[in-house]
Amino acid sequence: MKRIEVILSGSGGQGLILAGIVLAEAALLAGWRAVQTQSYGPEARGGASRSEVIISDEEIEYPRVERADVLLAMNQESCDKYVSAVKAGGLVIVDSTYVSRLPSASVKIVSLPVTKAVRERLGKPVAANMAALGALVTFLPEIPPDLAVQALTERVPPGTEEINRQAFRLGGELAGTLIPNP
Amino acid sequence: MTDRLKLMQGNEAVAEAALAAGARFFAGYPITPSTEIAEIMAARLPAAGGRFIQMEDEIAGISAVIGASLAGQKAFTATSGPGFSLMQENLGFAAMVEAPCVVVNVQRLGPGTGIPTAPGQGDVMQARWGTHGDHPAVAFCPGSVREAYDLTIQAFNAAERLRTPVILLLDEIVAHMREGVHLPPPDELVIIDRPRPAGPPGSIGAAPAYRPGKGEVPAIPDFGTGYRFHVTGLVHDETGLPVNDSRVADGLIRRLHRKIELARREITFTRACRLEDAQVAVIAYGSAARSARQAVREARERGVQAGFLQLQTIWPFPAEEVANLSRRVPQLIVAEMNLGQLEAEVRRAVSGKAEVIPLTSGGGRLFTPEEILGAICTAPGGRLKKVVHQ
Repeated sequence: MKRIEVILSGSGGQGLILAGIVLAEAALLAGWRAVQTQSYGPEARGGASRSEVIISDEEIEYPRVERADVLLAMNQESCDKYVSAVKAGGLVIVDSTYVSRLPSASVKIVSLPVTKAVRERLGKPVAANMAALGALVTFLPEIPPDLAVQALTERVPPGTEEINRQAFRLGGELAGTLIPNP
Repeated sequence: MTDRLKLMQGNEAVAEAALAAGARFFAGYPITPSTEIAEIMAARLPAAGGRFIQMEDEIAGISAVIGASLAGQKAFTATSGPGFSLMQENLGFAAMVEAPCVVVNVQRLGPGTGIPTAPGQGDVMQARWGTHGDHPAVAFCPGSVREAYDLTIQAFNAAERLRTPVILLLDEIVAHMREGVHLPPPDELVIIDRPRPAGPPGSIGAAPAYRPGKGEVPAIPDFGTGYRFHVTGLVHDETGLPVNDSRVADGLIRRLHRKIELARREITFTRACRLEDAQVAVIAYGSAARSARQAVREARERGVQAGFLQLQTIWPFPAEEVANLSRRVPQLIVAEMNLGQLEAEVRRAVSGKAEVIPLTSGGGRLFTPEEILGAICTAPGGRLKKVVHQ
């Protein structure tokens, strides 16, 4: 049985629950089973927000993360708080726009200026969640990027498809600079 | 090639199933973690020829639902702890006047305002005894998105055929979780409508509105369609008019219970696995059943003879099923996200024939499979047999 556990975390309003939904949808499109759950505070903006996605080739019973394979942290608080949920040797992707203190745990760390790049290249920071997702799927060979783009197109608010697709590709480019092509 | 799995949320499955079951009226007051149900019904009902009303509070919500039901619509509301408390008085009224309706309670951590976005299973006994008087209760408890869909259909069917309020008890995990599901095609669904009079007003077919029919359920007409009858929360006779006769009262209360009891088999849903040779079994419901099932699978992988019984119906309590289990399995772990609400019911059904081991939680988070596995492995029946090397 293959089971991949992903945590997408940050501050409420950064769009991490939507990013989790798109990731789960993309996994289904690719023929995997997927479950997405969330935990958040009562605030509409601010507070801690966390979306979890489990991807598996078998029926998923326990729907929450036990030991995360990948953590996406879009702010310092979530990076500090959730890094302990990542398994040894797991991957932590941080948005360096908001995360300056990197964890010292025995994990692989990828630091990318996600929100900064979206703001500079696309003019506004609202699609930073999709840019982060674009970076994240670069490290998940189970999720073909074109299926993530298809899932994104179905799930983002109507009228914002293009800017979100651009942000997704931008995120992929940011991550691609770190991955040597075979 | 199978159809693509659809990514769907538990609350969304409830809303879709309600529409598929024929619900065309929703009145309520949005509250976390049930809000998506109201949102979806607001968007979908007008287009389906139905009506959505956001009321001033939950008391008004259930009142409007009962009114719509008496007028002939399949009607429901959705709420969470604080709102469910407000609905209790009218829940009893609906039972007394035999108004079919479905009340969805997405359980969050309580009491009081608790943690609105955290899961709990603290409303199990409230679903049974929250409203006053000696009334029956029907409550279903889904553990997955697909179960949320199926049990919503069953909730409307049970409400209609038995003319009684039915409670659908979700918890925050199941309500907010999204997973890939295949939904049954509409033509495969069995949809039940309430019994109605066999003839027009004034004819022989139009018996007094509250005269018991098949299965002790009266064929009450839709209000406002020409039949003359009275609806009251007071003890009433077959015409619906109030009476003070204790014999009538006794007959009515016993019949309200009996109509549920007669249908017990058709409204009792459980899911069992690996019980054939089990020495220890976990009983669980709602999202806790998911952790339990994984724990039992992991226990089996270690060679422990563990099994699992999920209660999808919690009221009426599946006493027969639990009693049967206790004759075969010596240790029963009851895992629930409260301090032991169904455990006492399990003990009552088991009546000393098996050891009952509670695994409780104040709520706020789901049991991990590891916690339940720990309980399995420390139960006497869960210990590994000594391997004898020859």
